[in-house]
Amino acid sequence: MMIENEINEENEQIESSEGNKRWVVVPGEIIVSGEDFLPGEGARREGDNVIADRFGLAEVAGRMIKVIPLSGAYIPRRGNVVIGRVVDVTFNGWLVDTDSAGSAFLPIAESPRFLNRNEMDQYLGIGDVLSAKIWSIKGRGIDLTLKGRGLGKLEGGFIFRINASRVPRIIGREGSMITLIKEKTGCNITVGQNGWVWVKGDDLDSEIKARKAIEFVADKVLIEGLTDKMEVWFQEN
Amino acid sequence: MVARPSGRKANEMRSMKAKVGIIPNADGSAMFAFGDTIAIAAVYGPRQLHPQHMQDPSTGILRVNYDLLSFSVSERKKPGPSRRSKEISQVTEWALSPVLDLRAFPNTVIDVQIYILQADAGTRTAGINAASMALAHAGIPMKNLICSVAVGKLDKDLALDADNAEEHYDEGEGHTDIPLAKIAGTDEFTLMQLDGKIPPEMIKDVLEMVNKGCEEIYEVQKKALKEIVE
Amino acid sequence: MSSMDITNLTKEKLTSMFNAGKRFDGRGLLDLKDFEVEYGVSNMAEGSARVRMGKTEIIAGVKMEVGTPYPDSPNKGNLTVSADLLPLASPRFEQGPPKFNAIELPRLIDRMIRESGMIDLKKLVIVEGEKVWTVIVDIYPINDDGALVDAASIACVAALKNAVFPKLKEDGKIDYHAKSDERLPLVETTIPLTFTFYKLGDNLFLSPVREEEEACESKVTLGISKLDGRYMINSCQKGLSVPFRQEEIEKIVKLLPEKYDEVMKTFNKYLK
Repeated sequence: MMIENEINEENEQIESSEGNKRWVVVPGEIIVSGEDFLPGEGARREGDNVIADRFGLAEVAGRMIKVIPLSGAYIPRRGNVVIGRVVDVTFNGWLVDTDSAGSAFLPIAESPRFLNRNEMDQYLGIGDVLSAKIWSIKGRGIDLTLKGRGLGKLEGGFIFRINASRVPRIIGREGSMITLIKEKTGCNITVGQNGWVWVKGDDLDSEIKARKAIEFVADKVLIEGLTDKMEVWFQEN
Repeated sequence: MVARPSGRKANEMRSMKAKVGIIPNADGSAMFAFGDTIAIAAVYGPRQLHPQHMQDPSTGILRVNYDLLSFSVSERKKPGPSRRSKEISQVTEWALSPVLDLRAFPNTVIDVQIYILQADAGTRTAGINAASMALAHAGIPMKNLICSVAVGKLDKDLALDADNAEEHYDEGEGHTDIPLAKIAGTDEFTLMQLDGKIPPEMIKDVLEMVNKGCEEIYEVQKKALKEIVE
Repeated sequence: MSSMDITNLTKEKLTSMFNAGKRFDGRGLLDLKDFEVEYGVSNMAEGSARVRMGKTEIIAGVKMEVGTPYPDSPNKGNLTVSADLLPLASPRFEQGPPKFNAIELPRLIDRMIRESGMIDLKKLVIVEGEKVWTVIVDIYPINDDGALVDAASIACVAALKNAVFPKLKEDGKIDYHAKSDERLPLVETTIPLTFTFYKLGDNLFLSPVREEEEACESKVTLGISKLDGRYMINSCQKGLSVPFRQEEIEKIVKLLPEKYDEVMKTFNKYLK
């Protein structure tokens, strides 16, 4: 079964860099001056200046100014696909650890097919790993759903972690990077927005290589020409 | 004008060192040194806060823990937080929080751990400088960096960033220690402490001295943060 | 950083990989991580060292105090080894009273040092029966990426080798600001180290990264040094509940001298 990644907006933004200027800024630093500019995420306006509201990569895309995170913990967002681990089965759903600040809950109604309470354990038990989508974020936690293409229990393979802020570049513009890695290693790969990655291949060596490739990409801070760099990497490794 | 025991000029700080990303496990981390005083800081969060009754549904909480390592001082410090370290933890938390907006992370905690590896006075100020970089590195939404340095007074003269020997100055009016922190590039002070004797009319000069010092500190912090990008 | 427990999935994958002799970082199961040693972590310590072993970083410092000897050893100085698993070093370390790992680590190092005889405690006497030197070693992990105990053993030995006595004033108090030239009374040829062997399935492995350490089902830490040119096992403690079979134990003790020599080859460069 091929598992597709959900491509979301953030990926488009990361890779749309051709022609856009990007540089590292620290909190409080002036990014640009001028009334025409619009402060987007991670930026604010103070008088004439647009100022960084966080540490990261400042990007000027036309009039829009943003600061893209380079580091830091995963902040859950609605619509994100995340990978998690079941920690408990309750009477009406599963408690899932997604390694983020809020606890996550998968209600029984959000499983892909009808399940009654007796079947819950067999479908997903404690310790099982799954990919799920965040469909709601409330004060007390995150609600997950398995309704969607490619979501569900992950069997075989293994999972490992990269910094959540690096996920967009692992996926790449329109999925170009992750597709390249999948092709070169023949592995099934699901990348959770929370930084957890699932890899399953036909043999150990391919799986080890897929992880190595992903960690290599995740490690790079600046992004230009990364897909080309990876083509070369695969030739050498 | 008395010559400083360290030989430095009145407004001359010790040479500074800063590095970001020194602890891979942490969400953000940094080291900052004033001369022989070395502080390291790690930030973990936003992450779940236990126990649940301490959670705030309207915002994330900043929690700072500052302490000295046993062998950071000449007489070994027994393990475990002292009253001094608890007090410094709290004032440090108040010094850092004004630039952080944690409303986007309800029910969570952002843990800041600060440890002093080597103590030669100015430890809480070095700790704040390290923590400020670590918070930025952790990607926490932050309006600005926080810069901190202590102004000393040796008898009647002001001396920026006193070392341990200078803190033991006992001629005339002796030594006065004034640790301060501010939001970089602004006139807002977030840490204000004082021990000693100083006439009110000197305070303005103290603040001016800190302003100049913090401009330099900010450049060091900024450089260290930008250096993690190859 | 992740505080999520290791998943069964990854644990099973590691087991298959180990069965095939493979590890994610390309090492063999019994290959040690490279390490480096740096001295002078704190100029306030009588001696100090930092070890980086892979991404694991740990520091150790030595402080000397004057005290009374234990009643049953009036002609010996004292040794105390202490550790604090700082929350700084891992999302798994919490503030508060020490958990088992925090209690066990310094005790393992203490026995390693003590039973090897590395420190000549008799030479730490100032006035027999009344006044002796106490050597206090404090261990702090800075980043935990597995194999903390073995990295700590190197850091402690390096810190002890680096340590000098502070000056004793005439009134019997210590002048910490004046360090003497006199090194601690150490037996030069006795250099103890620990090696922790881990087990997953039927595989033994050394020098894990954090993920591998979290997957392990059993472990055993052994202290080893040399006495008069012969290898001596000075201490041992098995942890966790899965048993070791006899042939595994025999394999481990057979490997010890070879692994000891391997570490010493690198360590000697730092001990000059």
